[in-house]
Amino acid sequence: MTGDGAAALAALVLLPSVAGIALLLSGRRADRLAGPVGVLVGMAGVALAAAVAIGRPVVSAPFLGIVPGGDLELAVDGLSAVLVVTVAVVAAAVTVFAVVDVPAGAARARFFGYLLLFTAAMLMTVTATTLPALLLAWEVMGATSYALIGYRWDVPGKLAAGTTAFLTTRAGDLGLYVAAGAALAGTGSLRLDDLATADGGWRDVAAAGIVLAALGKSAQLPFSGWLSAAMAGPSPVSALLHSATMVAAGGYLLLRIQPLLTATSWAANATAWAGVLTALVLGAVACGQRDLKQLLAASTAAQIGFVVLAAGAGATAGGAGQLVAHAAVKAGLFVAAGTWLTSLGTKQLIGLRGAARRHPGVGAAATVACLALAGVPPLSLWATKDEVLAGVDGAALRIVALAAAALSAAYAGRILVVVLGRPDSDAAAGGDASLDLEERGTRRVPPAATGIAAVLAVAAVGLGALALHPVADAGRAVLDAGGESTPTALELFASGSLALVVLALTLWRPGVVAIAVRSPLAGWVGLRGLLSPRPVLAVARAAAAVDDRGIDRAVRALAAGVRRLAVSASRADAHVVDGAVRAIAAGARSAGAAARRPQTGLLHQYYAQAAAGLAVLLVVLLVVR
Amino acid sequence: MFLTIVVLLPVLVAVVLLASPRLPGPVASWAWVGASAVDLTLIAWMWWRFDAGPAIDFDVKIRWIPTVDASYHVGVDGLSLPLLAMTGVLFLACAIWSLREQDRPRTYAALFLFLQTACLGTFAALDLILFFVFFDLTIVGMYFVIAGWGHGNARRSALKFFLYTFVGSLALLVGFIALFLGGERRTFDMVALAADPPLADSPLAGGLTLLAIGIGLAVKTPLFPFHTWLPDAHTDAPAAGSAILAGVLLKLGTYGFVRIAMPILPQAWQQWAMVIVIVGVISVVWGALVALAQTDVKRMIAYTSVNHMGYVLLGLGAAGLVADADGQARTVATVGALFQMVSHGLLTGALFLLTGVLWSRGRSYAFADWGGLARPAPVFAACLGVAAFGSLGLPGLSAFVAEFQIFTGALQGAPIATIVAVSGILVTAGLFLLALQRLLTGELQTPSALTAEPMRDMNGRELISVVPLLAMSLLLGLAPRWLLDVLEPAAVAVVELVSR
Repeated sequence: MTGDGAAALAALVLLPSVAGIALLLSGRRADRLAGPVGVLVGMAGVALAAAVAIGRPVVSAPFLGIVPGGDLELAVDGLSAVLVVTVAVVAAAVTVFAVVDVPAGAARARFFGYLLLFTAAMLMTVTATTLPALLLAWEVMGATSYALIGYRWDVPGKLAAGTTAFLTTRAGDLGLYVAAGAALAGTGSLRLDDLATADGGWRDVAAAGIVLAALGKSAQLPFSGWLSAAMAGPSPVSALLHSATMVAAGGYLLLRIQPLLTATSWAANATAWAGVLTALVLGAVACGQRDLKQLLAASTAAQIGFVVLAAGAGATAGGAGQLVAHAAVKAGLFVAAGTWLTSLGTKQLIGLRGAARRHPGVGAAATVACLALAGVPPLSLWATKDEVLAGVDGAALRIVALAAAALSAAYAGRILVVVLGRPDSDAAAGGDASLDLEERGTRRVPPAATGIAAVLAVAAVGLGALALHPVADAGRAVLDAGGESTPTALELFASGSLALVVLALTLWRPGVVAIAVRSPLAGWVGLRGLLSPRPVLAVARAAAAVDDRGIDRAVRALAAGVRRLAVSASRADAHVVDGAVRAIAAGARSAGAAARRPQTGLLHQYYAQAAAGLAVLLVVLLVVR
Repeated sequence: MFLTIVVLLPVLVAVVLLASPRLPGPVASWAWVGASAVDLTLIAWMWWRFDAGPAIDFDVKIRWIPTVDASYHVGVDGLSLPLLAMTGVLFLACAIWSLREQDRPRTYAALFLFLQTACLGTFAALDLILFFVFFDLTIVGMYFVIAGWGHGNARRSALKFFLYTFVGSLALLVGFIALFLGGERRTFDMVALAADPPLADSPLAGGLTLLAIGIGLAVKTPLFPFHTWLPDAHTDAPAAGSAILAGVLLKLGTYGFVRIAMPILPQAWQQWAMVIVIVGVISVVWGALVALAQTDVKRMIAYTSVNHMGYVLLGLGAAGLVADADGQARTVATVGALFQMVSHGLLTGALFLLTGVLWSRGRSYAFADWGGLARPAPVFAACLGVAAFGSLGLPGLSAFVAEFQIFTGALQGAPIATIVAVSGILVTAGLFLLALQRLLTGELQTPSALTAEPMRDMNGRELISVVPLLAMSLLLGLAPRWLLDVLEPAAVAVVELVSR
C-alpha cells in the first residue's frame, strides 16, 4: 500500500461489500436495519470517495502469481477520482430514495445487500488498474445487476429480465477475457496501463475485446436491447444502473483505455462511430416510447453514446464531463419517474399527464433535469456535449452527432409536454382511468424523494459551469487532459440554439414527434429480438439429440455388437468347435464299434482273417519292392 | 509412513465396519464421519508441513514386484496435495450428508471408505502399476455404490459405467506397458521415467503410447466423444455417489494427464498439443450446449462437468504449445488447469448434493416437476444460487480464478481455439440462469409424490455438508494465494518438464 489514504481506498470497496454480504446473510431478520445501514454506508462512501480523490492512493492485494499485474490493484488518478466521487454521491442519493421507495414489507435486507455489493463493484471497476481486478469487479457488477433487476423474482418475467441483462453484458464480457489473454501475450503483463504498448496483432485483439465488453456493458449498438428489459427492475435500481453505474462503466473503460484505442489504426474510429450511431438510433427509439422508463432507458444508451464517441475521438475530458452530467440528470429523472410510479401507479406517458403539477416539488426537479437532457443552455449536458463535439474530427461524425443531439431535445420535450400538461379534469376527482395502470398508487410523495430529486437537479444545473473556460480548464487539469480542444463560443451558441429550436418545436407541435410512437421505433427497432436465445437453444437441442442418438447410440451399438459377437462366438463354439470334438468322439465310437465286429470268438473266422491279413501284407510287400 | 496412514486409514476403518455385523447403522455412519474427519485433519497437517516447491515430500518407496521394478512408491507434491485435500473435504461432506442413510448404512459407509482409499491412493501413487491398481479400484467401488444404492435404472447405468471406464483403463494399461518397454531403464517408477523420458527418439511409438494413455484418461475425465457414460451414471447414482464421481473420480483422469502423460511423454505431448487443445475445446462447447438442452437438472450438471473438464484440457494442451507461446503464458494456463480441478470438485460436489435435496423430497430431477422453490425453501435457493454462479465462473468464486488463467494463458498459443472456448462460459451462464429460473421462480410446483406435505427447506445435516464446500469456493475465489502458492511451483515444474 502506498500513497495517502490507502486504507480509505480499501475501505471504499470493502465497506459496502462487507456490509452488503452481511445484510444478505442475515436475511429477513435484518429488513428493518437494512435501510439505515445502506444510508450510513452510502454516506461513509461519499466521505471515503472524497478522501481518495484528494489523496490519490494505491492499494493492492495478492491474487494471481506468475505474471506482473496479476494482483488486485486499485489506484485513483484524475479520471478515477471524478468517477469515484460521482458514483459514491449518486449511490448515496439513490440509497436514500430507495429507503422511501422500497415497500416496508419487502425483503429490504436482500435489496440493500445487493445494492451495496453492486456499488462496491462499480467503485472497484473505476479504480482497478489490473485486468484481474477489473474483470472481477466488472462481472460481479453484472451478477448483482441480475439480482437487482430480478429483485421481485416472484413476479413473472422479472428474473427473466435480469437473465437477459446478465447474459447480454456477459456476451460482451467475453471480450475482456480475450483482451486479458492478448495483454499477457502482447505485453507479458496484466496491467491496464501497459495495454497500449502491446506488440503487433495482440494490440488489436486487446482493443477489440475491450471495446466489445464496453459496448455490451454500456448498452451500445448492437447490445442495447437489454436496457429495455432491465426496466423491469425497481425504480431505485433503474436510477442507479442507468446513471452513474453499469452503463457508465463501459463508457468509463473506453475513456480509460483511450491510449490503446488511438494506438490501433481502427479502434478509435470504430468506437466513435459505435457511440454516435447509438446516440442517433437510440435517440430515435426514445422518441417512439409510450412508457416513461422505457423512454429514459433508450435515452440512457443514447447519452452514453456521446461518452463512447468522446473516447473514440480522444476527448477524454468531454467524455468524463458527459458521464458525470448524465449521471446527475438521469438519476434525477429516474427518481422522479419512480416517485410518480409509486404515487400515481403508472409510468405510461398517457397516465402521467400533469404529473409535475400534481407533485410540484418533484415536478420542478424533473423539469430542470429534462431541460438539461434536452441540451438547453446553460445546463450541464449542453456544456459537456459541446466539449465532446469539439474533439470530434470529420464532418460526417459531427453531423450525425448534432442530429443525435437534436433528437435528445425532441424526446426530452416529449416528457415535458406530458408532465407539464394540464391533468384531465376528472382525474382530480380520482376517477382517471389512466392512473394505477401498473400498481396501486399512494398519491403521496415522500419528502426525501423530493429532496433527492432536488439535489440531483441542482447538480444537473451546476455542472453547466463546465461551459465556462476557467472551470473547464480546472476539470482538464484534474484529468490531465490539458491538450484537448475546447468548444468555441460560436459552437456553444449554435448547439444551444439547435436544442432550443427543437425543444420549442416539440412543445409547440407534440404530434410531430409522437408519430414515432406508431413506428418500429416503439419496439426498439428489433434490438430486443437480437438477444433471443432461441437459435442457441435450437443448436443445443440438436447437439443433445446427436449426443443421445448418435454418440451414445454408437457406444451402445458397440456394446450390443460385442454381445452379438459373443452370441455368434458361442454358437460357433457350440456348433463348430464343440461339433468337431463331438464328431471326432462319434467317429472314434463308431470306429470302436466297427473294430468290435471281427471279434466273433469263432476260431475259423480268426484263421480266415489272419490269412486275409497275410495276403494283404504280401501284396503290399510286392508293390513296395 | 505418514502418507501411507492417510491413504490406508479409511480402508482399515472399512474393514472394521465390515467385520462387525452387529454394529448399529447410525454408529457405522458416525464412524465414517469420524474416519473422514481424522483423515482430513491428517491431510491438513501435511499441508501445514508441506514445503512449497517442486520436490516430492512424504516420499516412501517399498519393493513390490522387483522383476518389473514396480514398487509401492507414494509421495506428495504441489500437484497431488491440493487434490488429496479436495478428496478429503469432499468425502467428509458426503459422510455428513449420508448420516441418515437408511439402506444398509454399514456397508454403504464401508464402501465409501474403501473408495476414499482408492482415490487418495491414486493421487499419491508415484508408480504406474500402483496408480493403475488404485485407479481400477475406484471403478469397482463406484460400481457398487451406483448399483447398490442408486435409483432409476441403476444396475444398467452402473454396468455401463463399469464397462466403459474399465475398457478405458485397459487402454491405459497398454500405454503403461509401452512406457515400461520403451524406457532405457525398464521401470514403472514415474519419477524415474520422468527423469529420463522413454520413447524420446521415436515419435511414432511415443505418439501411439500417448494415444493409448490419452484414450484411457479421456474416458475417465470424460472428454468428447467418450463422455456418454457420465450422464447415465450420475442420474441414477445417489447424491453422495454423484458428488464423489464428479468431484473426485473425474479428476483422476485429468490428474493422469499432468502426472503421467505430460512429464513422461514430453515430446509426444508437444507434438500433439494442438489436438489435445482441440479435444478440450470440443468438450467445452459440446458439454455446454448439450447441458443447455437437458430437461433433468442432474443430467444438466453432469454435462457441465464435460464442459469444465474441457477447460482443464485446454489449459494442459496449451502448456505443450512450446513453439507458439512463451513459458509465462504456458505456466499461467497450467496453473489455471490445476486450479480448475480443485474448484470443480468443490462446486460440482455441492451442486450434486443439492440435487440430492430435490430427490429426497420429491424423487424427481425433472425441471418439469419443480418450480417456485425459492418461496418454501429459501436456504436451498440461496445455496443453489451460489453454487450455480460459482459454476458459471463468477469472479469471487473459485472457478473464475481457474478459467481466467486458462483463457489468459492459452490465448497466445491457440488463439482461435481459446476464443471458441471462452464462448463456453456464456452458454454455461445461460443454462445455469435458466435452471435457477425454472426451479426457483414461478408458481410453486412439486412432484406428485410430494403433494401431501409441504416442501421442506434444507436441514442442518444437509447444510453442514454443502455450505463448507461453497464457503471454500468463495475463499479460493477471493484469496486464492494459499492454494496458488502450492500449485504455482508445481506448474512451473510441469511446464519445464514438458518443454524438454
